[in-house]
Amino acid sequence: MFDKNKSTIKIDHDEKCSGQALYTSDIVLDDMVYAKTLRSKHAKAKIISIYIPTLPEEYYIIDYHDILNENYVKMIFTDWPVFAQNEVNHIGEPILLVVGPKKEEIDRILEQIVVNYEVKEAVFDFSNSKIQRGFKKGNILLAQNETAFTFKETFNTGYQEQAYIEPQGMIAYLDEDKVTIIGSMQCPYYIKNAVINTLGYPSDKVRVIQPTVGGAFGGKEEFPSITACQLAVAAVKVKKPIKMIYEREEDMLVTTKRHPSTITLEAFVNKDKQVIGLKANVALDAGAYLGLSGVVLARALLAVTNAYTIPNLDVSGDVFITNTVPNGAFRGFGSPQMIFAIEMFMHHLAKDLNLDPFGFRLKHLVKQGDLTSTSGVYRDPIIMDKMIQKAAEISNYHAKIEQFAKENTFKGIGMSWFLHGCGFTGDGESKQIKSKVRLVKDENDLVYLYIAAVEMGQGAKTILKKIVADVLDVENDQVIFDNPDTDFVPDSGPTVASRTTMIVGGLLARAAEKLKATWQKGQYQEVFEKYEQPKYIKWDEEKLHGDAYPAYSWGVNVVEVEVSPITYETKVVGVWSVYDVGKAIDERMVIGQADGGIAQGIAYGYLEYMVHENGVLKQKNMTDYIIPTSVDVAKTETIIYDNPFPFGPYGAKGVGELTLVGGAPAVALAIENAIKKKVNRIPATPEYIMELVKK
Amino acid sequence: MKKIKFTLNNKEVEVNLSPGMRLLDVLRDHFHLTGTKEGCGEGECGACSVLINGRVTNSCCVPLGNVQGKSVMTIEGYTKTKRYEILKEAFHFEGGSQCGICTPGMILAAESLLSLNPHPTEQEIRIGLSGNLCRCTGYNMIIKAVQLAAKLGEGLW
Repeated sequence: MFDKNKSTIKIDHDEKCSGQALYTSDIVLDDMVYAKTLRSKHAKAKIISIYIPTLPEEYYIIDYHDILNENYVKMIFTDWPVFAQNEVNHIGEPILLVVGPKKEEIDRILEQIVVNYEVKEAVFDFSNSKIQRGFKKGNILLAQNETAFTFKETFNTGYQEQAYIEPQGMIAYLDEDKVTIIGSMQCPYYIKNAVINTLGYPSDKVRVIQPTVGGAFGGKEEFPSITACQLAVAAVKVKKPIKMIYEREEDMLVTTKRHPSTITLEAFVNKDKQVIGLKANVALDAGAYLGLSGVVLARALLAVTNAYTIPNLDVSGDVFITNTVPNGAFRGFGSPQMIFAIEMFMHHLAKDLNLDPFGFRLKHLVKQGDLTSTSGVYRDPIIMDKMIQKAAEISNYHAKIEQFAKENTFKGIGMSWFLHGCGFTGDGESKQIKSKVRLVKDENDLVYLYIAAVEMGQGAKTILKKIVADVLDVENDQVIFDNPDTDFVPDSGPTVASRTTMIVGGLLARAAEKLKATWQKGQYQEVFEKYEQPKYIKWDEEKLHGDAYPAYSWGVNVVEVEVSPITYETKVVGVWSVYDVGKAIDERMVIGQADGGIAQGIAYGYLEYMVHENGVLKQKNMTDYIIPTSVDVAKTETIIYDNPFPFGPYGAKGVGELTLVGGAPAVALAIENAIKKKVNRIPATPEYIMELVKK
Repeated sequence: MKKIKFTLNNKEVEVNLSPGMRLLDVLRDHFHLTGTKEGCGEGECGACSVLINGRVTNSCCVPLGNVQGKSVMTIEGYTKTKRYEILKEAFHFEGGSQCGICTPGMILAAESLLSLNPHPTEQEIRIGLSGNLCRCTGYNMIIKAVQLAAKLGEGLW
């Protein structure tokens, strides 16, 4: 009926252009009141007492005493309190909410509250390891015995802030005895389960509704569960709709960010100059609470060999607790840190061996049938050879890198190769998520998608509708996909991990096949489908051994830069990318993801700078924390190759994260080419570049 | 308190509010024009862009008193124009909107640019839109959309 590849109009386009789309902060309910948070001023302290002034009528304090069940936010690790209880572990930790009808009065009350603390010694270094993970492949000792050359380096990566343009926002209200949550989120069921746990309510007494979401990038994966739990508790007490919208500064200071990391790699190279072994250690800074950090660490570790095959591995890592704002999900989820490190490392190693890095890396490139880092198998065809060649051709890489290396013009070009495992790690999809989808056909033969997938700009609404319409062979507007409401949609899983098109889209395609086979014109029909793991996937979560992902997407990024020899500022002048995402369900949407992902990835590598000093973040708004403007971003050329994955809908694999993970190493390698010094740290700020040049 | 009079979306309005209020809050809370978004509250992101006397302005940084006697156009007013239709089509065609939170502001910034310079170069578009942050698109599709709008809307600006 239509070419799946051909681009369709995004279905939410008109309402977004005209400003009619309703985001959380645009929603006004009758008798609605507001909430604001009182936060810790200390990185670590015992709360001795809290002085609350006499409250005017209609104003309330909500704190841990009001929690009806458990005072922690249900996520993978259960160490994160809804409200601080007797102690605080980072600056900005929520202690209580002030709720009431007037924002100015709330501010006045907040100013009058006095918290007496007993300040304790805070930890900011990597000394308090709470999670240790690791795995081995082959036999690292044998590799060490055959070693002719060893090479060891350490890499550091900084914070990255998601900087969605719509700040966090949440609304809670009581609908008779049902607590209803509306808010900016990626994962309606994460929120529902967290609220159930905090309130101790049965499942049918908690409802979560997603309005339009103004960007997320992982920042609205687990964090909104916290504000939802707080407001749910408040709504039960106050019995009025309550709205809490973060201002930008509050959002930047207290929400989760990309984990800073220190990564050490040591290669064992034989006399034929082949890397036969690699030891790796990753240290992640979780901040004050673990949250999802253990899973982020796992993804970082699994990406250790990136797009290379290395037969013997000894990989380990730690999640360290520090008295800083908790870090969490961000597009790429641990893999951007590792891919930066290994890409730089392979280049540096080649240079130390007096080899051309391009040829050296090519010798180690993964081939179909090779074993993954966790001794699973790369089962599907890999077309990286062709992609690398294409990327080199469109960017004129070989001629430029040679020319720039000879000149002293401070111009440079860099190329990164990378992969991204699609979906949840290992058996997460079958053991934890257990996705279900529901399709309903009404008497008018309109087909409704009942799933929990969130449209946050990535095009989920358009793509998933397109898949169903195509399978059913009906017009696109005969298929309807409204924002999820947990009273109607089953749990199709969170909108994370580049899983929506591949996993949820795959389930919808199967459900649509079922519906098509039983289609009865003019009759109400309902079909369900649930996830089943492909039989060949074998995974040992304890040992991190086996097939970590059902499929991998692949990419090549080339970035060209000019570094100012006076100010050491980097200007990105060209970006070229080639991707294998299996099959693009909608090419324009994939390119939209690609353009935005690489802009974020490159900026992570050279522009986006955030640090803390004794637990105080030094960048707290969009003036201090620089994200790219239209002038900072260069023209981007992107090519998508087909390489269909048998279990994805129409062959589709994951897209969203893949487009970010290669940006930082590509720009860092370009800077390296320009300044002729090794870059071991991102972001490569002008100050760091100056340091390197003057060394 | 003296009332403040201005033109809002081509209609004369008069409000009895503090002149120090942010125009953004007046638009959103008093007039319920929620197409104007708040992204940062400090004039960096451009999500709150409106046209004041035809020029794109961050409404979070404008005190209400400053618009006395001026013309304020929000996205709600602008959608009634032929130029909007062209920009909307162009954003459609090029995929210039993802999460959409920056889109109304971006469209008004494009209007402001095209009204000054109906045939901008790529670099002029990049500079013209540089006060409006977008975290989703990497801007390329937005820039192409403005180029396309300039072509489709030949003679309108």
